[in-house]
Amino acid sequence: MKFLITTLLIALLSFLSGLYLPWWCFALAACLVSALIPQRPFLSFLAGFLALFLLWGGLAWSIDTANNSILSGKIAQILPLGGSSYLLILVTAFIGALVGGGSSLAGSFLTTTRKSRDLNSPGPQEDQVA
Amino acid sequence: MRIIPFLITFLLTAGLIFCLDTQWDKVPPLGKFLSPQHGCWQNAEPAGKDFSATLSLPGLKNKAEVYFDEYLIPHVYANSQKDACFIQGYLHAKFRLWQMEFQTHAAAGRLSEILGPGEGNSYLKYDRSMRRLGMVYGAEKTLARMEMDSLTKGDCDAYTAGVNEYIKNCKESELPLEYKLLNYRPEPWTNLKIALFVKYMAYDLAGHDNDFEMTNAKSFFSKESFAKLYPSAQDSVDPIVPKGTAFLPPHIQLKVPATADSLYFYNTDTVTARELKPEKSNGSNNWAVSGKKTQSGSPILCNDPHLSTNLPAIWYQMQIRTPEYNIYGVSFPGAPYVIIGFNDSCAWGITNSERDVRDYYSIKFKDDTRQAYWFNHDWKTAGQWIDTIKIRGQEQPFYDTVATTVFGPVMYDPGFSGFSDVPSSRSYAVHWAANDSSNELATFSRLQSARNYPDYKEALEHFQTPGQNFVFAAKSGVIALWQQGQFPAKWKGQGQFVMPGEDSSYMWQDSIRNYENPYMLDPDRGFVSSANQEPVDTSYPYFLGTDFPPYRGLTINRFLSRMDKITPNDMMKLQTENYDIFAEMAKPLLLRNIDESRLSSEEKNYLNIFKLWKLRNDPGEEGPVIFNRWWFHLQHLIFDDEFSRTTLPVMPPFESTLLEALLKDTAYQFIDNVNTPEKETLQQVVTEAFLRSIPELAQAGKDDRLTWAKYKDTWARHLLRLPALSRMHLPIGGGTHSINAAKQFHGPSWRMVVQLTEKTEAYGVYPGGQSGNPGSPYYDTFIDYWAAGKYYALWVMDKDERENKNKIKWTVHLKP
Repeated sequence: MKFLITTLLIALLSFLSGLYLPWWCFALAACLVSALIPQRPFLSFLAGFLALFLLWGGLAWSIDTANNSILSGKIAQILPLGGSSYLLILVTAFIGALVGGGSSLAGSFLTTTRKSRDLNSPGPQEDQVA
Repeated sequence: MRIIPFLITFLLTAGLIFCLDTQWDKVPPLGKFLSPQHGCWQNAEPAGKDFSATLSLPGLKNKAEVYFDEYLIPHVYANSQKDACFIQGYLHAKFRLWQMEFQTHAAAGRLSEILGPGEGNSYLKYDRSMRRLGMVYGAEKTLARMEMDSLTKGDCDAYTAGVNEYIKNCKESELPLEYKLLNYRPEPWTNLKIALFVKYMAYDLAGHDNDFEMTNAKSFFSKESFAKLYPSAQDSVDPIVPKGTAFLPPHIQLKVPATADSLYFYNTDTVTARELKPEKSNGSNNWAVSGKKTQSGSPILCNDPHLSTNLPAIWYQMQIRTPEYNIYGVSFPGAPYVIIGFNDSCAWGITNSERDVRDYYSIKFKDDTRQAYWFNHDWKTAGQWIDTIKIRGQEQPFYDTVATTVFGPVMYDPGFSGFSDVPSSRSYAVHWAANDSSNELATFSRLQSARNYPDYKEALEHFQTPGQNFVFAAKSGVIALWQQGQFPAKWKGQGQFVMPGEDSSYMWQDSIRNYENPYMLDPDRGFVSSANQEPVDTSYPYFLGTDFPPYRGLTINRFLSRMDKITPNDMMKLQTENYDIFAEMAKPLLLRNIDESRLSSEEKNYLNIFKLWKLRNDPGEEGPVIFNRWWFHLQHLIFDDEFSRTTLPVMPPFESTLLEALLKDTAYQFIDNVNTPEKETLQQVVTEAFLRSIPELAQAGKDDRLTWAKYKDTWARHLLRLPALSRMHLPIGGGTHSINAAKQFHGPSWRMVVQLTEKTEAYGVYPGGQSGNPGSPYYDTFIDYWAAGKYYALWVMDKDERENKNKIKWTVHLKP
């Protein structure tokens, strides 16, 4: 549940920051959310990664659909990705996800303690971490 | 808090962001570029995008409306010419901002600033060439003249304000794609940029000469050979003003310098510098037929300017209605006004005059500092300017010191030999007419509201460089064509070669007066036409230069003189005519001289295709490919042996020269290969040339490129030459010698047919689309029609059609 909320919150704040701020500012949002909702570092990374993967991938996909892939095919030749619109969407999503994951992970280290990590280390009961 | 893991992940992520925010060589900053809310995705225009809006633009004087039709062509309703210019600037910026700035950067010699120094410093050489030619200095002089004319000053101010209004409100995400690809931002627009654009067109159309090549050829070849390689007249030309027309005696008696023979015509100095040259075939066709030759009884005017078939297209189509005029046509993103078009009373179009208005003078400097030069028996102090050329990716700008003389700037000197790898031992100053103060836009500002012939004449008075053939037709029935420009009055041969620069005797002595320019007004033959051919016969009292293509003009005049009861449809067919009159003359010559006994049966197959060819460069024909290769090898077999003996820049003779020579003289002296003991005959070289084409034709057949359109491979090419943003392999015929002059990257950039009946009936098409955005469905709207030779009916929107929901797709309401 916490994981889901984190992911959605990162996605939402990233989207909002994208409307008004430079492209990389979503990293601050991801960092902040992960700092405020502590989780195991790996889960924080995953939440940031997934949030941005879905956000950037989803936005790119919907823009591309509305555009009938006129532009993506051209960009995917220049970059070069063999002219594949899907590959361009995937690369877009992955780049966003990488930054999202990284900044989310950094954020998680701001509030988690070694103790909480130790508590978590057995693995499966991550929801117990407070 | 866990400091160390935090710091590590923080630094790694920050480093990643830094990498994704930085340009790596040609790869744009990928994070910024791919961010769906900032980067290239924002340029992916949704199909069916709503362009309607209500905007408040503080620079406007009054309310205005822009109605867009289904092709995204704007129909502007404004209350004054100034408001119209403001809106035009705004629309140009909205749909073509990157292109207009890039072109003016190119004009100002600022490509390196955006693109880096280029391979082998090619962009830097380009920039230095443009600046040394005086493009910026010429633009500044033009700007001063533009601003002296209150009409053009007001219009340019309004246009610039319109462009800046758009730039000011343009968010980073809305920037044109190319800015994102190249990672830079637009700067504010200025009136100087308009002047730079005007100079760019001057360079494109009047920046071509062969002075260095001809100087070398004159020194290398004997006088007799030279005369045969570069004759001063063409047999096949049908001038713009028919042969035999009487001309006024010249207003000035030109003084040929006393030293002309010894220091000029028989001088054997050579030049190692290589010039930057625009596309040679920046030509065009235009004509007007009078009512007595048309079915409707009203004149029809046609124009197709041949320019580089760029994307975004060089033209932007629009209608502008103000209380004073109602005009439709094409405009240049980067400048106000409609350049080619029509209003409710008349129509006009332009072709290039191809006159030689750029000459070089050899300068003797006192020493390497180039601060003093020998002029009129004394050392004269040279002027100097220093150009600062910023180079992307390099800390230090490049500083170029340019000396100036009474003739003009020193373009080539020991420090700069243009595109040659050999340093230039001498210095050459350039005198280019485009650097003389002028205001060409004044012509177009006045043509917009022209009603009749005197208005057109008055508008033309302002036009200096690049000299153009202005065709005109009015609803009153008048048809006319004036070759207008400020042309130097030259004595025969002046400026054909580099001239001595040690005294004033070789300078341009005066300009030809406007009334002396070649023209035709309502001629008995019922039509006027031009296609960049020589404008007059040899009885014209001034020297015009020698580089004029004869064949399109000949074809047009032949067709027009035979036609009667002409309809707009006939004119569209003529504009897209693929007939090749050059081939018509060359084919019998080739067939007369081929020795079929030397051909295998496979080779004879190709010959048979050629024999059956009907001389039309249609897309699916194989004949034009065979002819093209055959003539190519014939030229090389005939001239290579002589020309390969020099490493200096020289120019092979024109195609027309070789054809006319062979038609007159089957023992043309250059047929003989000087490297062999035997004396080759025309039959031998014609047959040998054919045989040399065979492997290429066989290969073309294997590659499925033996048909003309595939072989020629016409593109609408993006300005950055990126194939992904270009439209390649267009199925279009024609070529250099056809009226439909579509070559690989060059061709009819706008085709227009206007019938001046009471309600104007007009058709047009250009190889591009109204939007400059490669992510827009309107980027290449018209290209397929253009290639297929089809036209769109041009819709001149009437006042009572403002509610016409079928034709108007979007409305933009503008208020101050």
